[in-house]
Amino acid sequence: MTTLQSAIRGIRPLTGRGGERRPGPVVFLVLLWLSLVVAFGVLATLIVTIVLEGMPQFTTRLFTEYPASSPDEAGARPAILGSIWVIATTAVMTVPLGIAAAVHLEEFADQRNWFNRLIELNVQNLAAVPSIVYGLLALAFLSMLGVRDKSIVIGGALALSLLILPVVIIATREALRAVPAEIRQASLALGATPLQTTWRQTLPAAVPGIATGTILALSRALGEAAPLLVLGALVFVSFDPNGLLSGYTTLPIQIFGWTGRPQAGFHELAAATSVLLLVVLLAMNAVAILIRNRFQKRW
Amino acid sequence: MTSITARKGGPGLASGHPASPSPSPSLRGRRRPGEALAKVALRLAAGITIVTTLGIVAALLVPSLGFFAEVPVSDFLFGDRWAPRFAEASFGVLPLVTATLWTTVISLAVAVPLGLGAAILLSEYASARLRKVLKPLLEILAGVPTVVYGFFALQFVQATVLREWLQLPTGAFSVLAAGLVMGVMIVPTIASISEDAMSAVPQALRQGSAALGANRMQTTLRVVFPAALSGIIAAVVLGVSRAVGETMIVAIAAGNQAVVVTDPLQQGQTMTGFIANAALGDSRVGSLEYDTLFAVGLLLFCITLLINAISIALVRRFREAY
Amino acid sequence: MTIRPETPIVHVQARKRREIEDVPPQPVLSCEGVDVSYGDFRAVRGVDLDFGVNEITALIGPSGCGKSTLLRSLNRMNDLIEGARVDGKVLFHQQDLYARDVDPIEVRRRIGMVFQKPNPFPKSIYDNVAYGPRVTGMRVSSMDDLVEEALTRAALWDEVKDKLRDSAFGLSGGQQQRLCIARTIAVKPDVILMDEPCSALDPIATSRIEDLMQSLRDDYTIVIVTHNMQQAARVADRTAFLTAQVDEHGQRFGALVEFGRTSQIFERPEDERTSDYISGKFG
Repeated sequence: MTTLQSAIRGIRPLTGRGGERRPGPVVFLVLLWLSLVVAFGVLATLIVTIVLEGMPQFTTRLFTEYPASSPDEAGARPAILGSIWVIATTAVMTVPLGIAAAVHLEEFADQRNWFNRLIELNVQNLAAVPSIVYGLLALAFLSMLGVRDKSIVIGGALALSLLILPVVIIATREALRAVPAEIRQASLALGATPLQTTWRQTLPAAVPGIATGTILALSRALGEAAPLLVLGALVFVSFDPNGLLSGYTTLPIQIFGWTGRPQAGFHELAAATSVLLLVVLLAMNAVAILIRNRFQKRW
Repeated sequence: MTSITARKGGPGLASGHPASPSPSPSLRGRRRPGEALAKVALRLAAGITIVTTLGIVAALLVPSLGFFAEVPVSDFLFGDRWAPRFAEASFGVLPLVTATLWTTVISLAVAVPLGLGAAILLSEYASARLRKVLKPLLEILAGVPTVVYGFFALQFVQATVLREWLQLPTGAFSVLAAGLVMGVMIVPTIASISEDAMSAVPQALRQGSAALGANRMQTTLRVVFPAALSGIIAAVVLGVSRAVGETMIVAIAAGNQAVVVTDPLQQGQTMTGFIANAALGDSRVGSLEYDTLFAVGLLLFCITLLINAISIALVRRFREAY
Repeated sequence: MTIRPETPIVHVQARKRREIEDVPPQPVLSCEGVDVSYGDFRAVRGVDLDFGVNEITALIGPSGCGKSTLLRSLNRMNDLIEGARVDGKVLFHQQDLYARDVDPIEVRRRIGMVFQKPNPFPKSIYDNVAYGPRVTGMRVSSMDDLVEEALTRAALWDEVKDKLRDSAFGLSGGQQQRLCIARTIAVKPDVILMDEPCSALDPIATSRIEDLMQSLRDDYTIVIVTHNMQQAARVADRTAFLTAQVDEHGQRFGALVEFGRTSQIFERPEDERTSDYISGKFG
């Protein structure tokens, strides 16, 4: 390179060299970070406001008392118990069914069959149906059965089970898919039947993934109110649920009920119950992630 | 092809044969009835999903047919007065639809910029470590129960921000408050699918752009974004679906008055809000009141079905492209 | 096909070359005109082979010649692949494995398989070996004894006897492969098929498995697919050479070229293609 050329090089700036100084990319990056800041900022504000508003009501009374006409005497006990009842029933109904359906779709169904592809598409669709529609479905079903009072534990559990069934199926299928084919081949090569292979090798190996997905699905069901409202779930329940046919209320429904009351005290109660609900959900999600991280096999 | 075998033929088992070192019992299998039964049970379980869909369709259709026997479809779809419980009942669903439209548009106006911003950040700028931390955090937004969002929308956004701080002319409820909060709730949906779509764009494209002297912003906006467009559209479409179907936030914060919404500071009742509120009362099965629920439910279901179908088709297209 | 005298001959020190007859006198397993197809594509055509009892037979040939495909059709593992079909006969103790009333599950119990990459179950060493007997409903007086016997036979017992309850994943590659052999022999098959069992292992582990094969030969019939000619020359009593051909439509398929005693195949191959392969001219 001659001195002339290098001199010219030095004088003429290369195109784009000033690009890093242009404001465009910097502003862009700032905007991007801003979007995250805004989103998390709103979340933080939400948490702070409900904690602050709920503070005065975060006493043992929240856990032990029943709803009352005065906010100073009210508690969320039936809502807590009701949530436990409904979610437990939902789990019993959905989990075996969802796992069985997923096992069939993933291990036994002929993947090229149009019918099975229809089922797959169907499951995807069901996962995106608004939750309130599941309430309508349960409502119609129970009406068809002639059930008068539909705000019973089994009714709510039915609606929620159908709601999260697609989610459980999808999560289980992914967990099954993650188990390497070599395991199945080794089992079959020893003279095991496909069912034995699934039951003794594939399914046990997929358990951490299935557990994670199921817990996440159940935590979603825990936070749902719309389908239960359609079934007529009551917001003023002053007894403990005592059976599948018993009346009930759940934490989200109770929050909804108290939010709609004019007195500030009830708003505080709603806030406190919200905090409780969030804590429970956080715990459930943490357990799910813990299971995934600790027990997930690295193949 | 050479074949060096001497056939020791002979049908049947080893009997007519010089002694084999091991006996050759039959290869006919054991009867395994338990297996067959189990497989049938599994197939039935999978079939429940079909039953569910058929059930939804039937559950919505049957009462709707009863409804449309009494109320002409055109009155329903194009009427602008929704007063199903009044003595002079009117069943024009437009008020509900406008409220749903407003809340959906407002929520998208919030969710799309925030969601895309987060997606671009995660996909194009963030290191793997940062992504591992931020993605789960973003999912938390999706994990907050919608009741709690509704409470926040009513108590803080509406009462404090809109009325106190901004002194806007609005009442106790507004579609704006509901829409804004709904938008934040939908951010993870848009962010995660968009991020998937952008991550799927091959690195080669980015490298080609960088080699031409483009900076990261230009590469992102002019190369990655267009390449991931169908996935991003799918994400937005799914966001629309979630907004349309959302119930609790609007039931709590948007209000109960079913009037045609012309101003976001107004209150309004969405389709979902109507169903949630109407069912709180006691409706006799088979009555027009009861059927109305399902008619609106049918409309809701059809709209979301259409939207979801579009979204799923788009997602499949972008997943196949690479 | 003439033999060119100047063809370089492969002399490999065989481990324990036994005197065997020209043709397997009592073939426990044999192929008669076997075609293996995937959908419309015939991947392997017209194979006639005999596998002698208590012998080690190697299938060698360049990649893509259908060795593994053929091997998998011997224990009906090809059934697992959509659209796979076997025409012709695979006779096991004179019974056609693909006859209508034959249960493939039962076939696989009698004809075991060891895979290229060791694939132990995510269970304990003990449970890996005990799995086969348990699922096939073998009546055992003592599972502990059976497990010990299988592990001993697979030359693994001494290394694992104190850690039977530990996960199989804690073993080295070579140990895992011997574990896979142990669990295969735990169900007491007649034949053991091995699909390139040493290709994922280091030379020392390979050598141990080759020793193992020789000792297993006394009780089992072994068919091994290997892309390593020297290995075939070392361990196999008989060798079958397959290669890829192209038919009149331009489709590639695998076919058997030559089959005989290993010593004959490697020292005096009859087919030019065999001698080309063995001398390293291709493949």
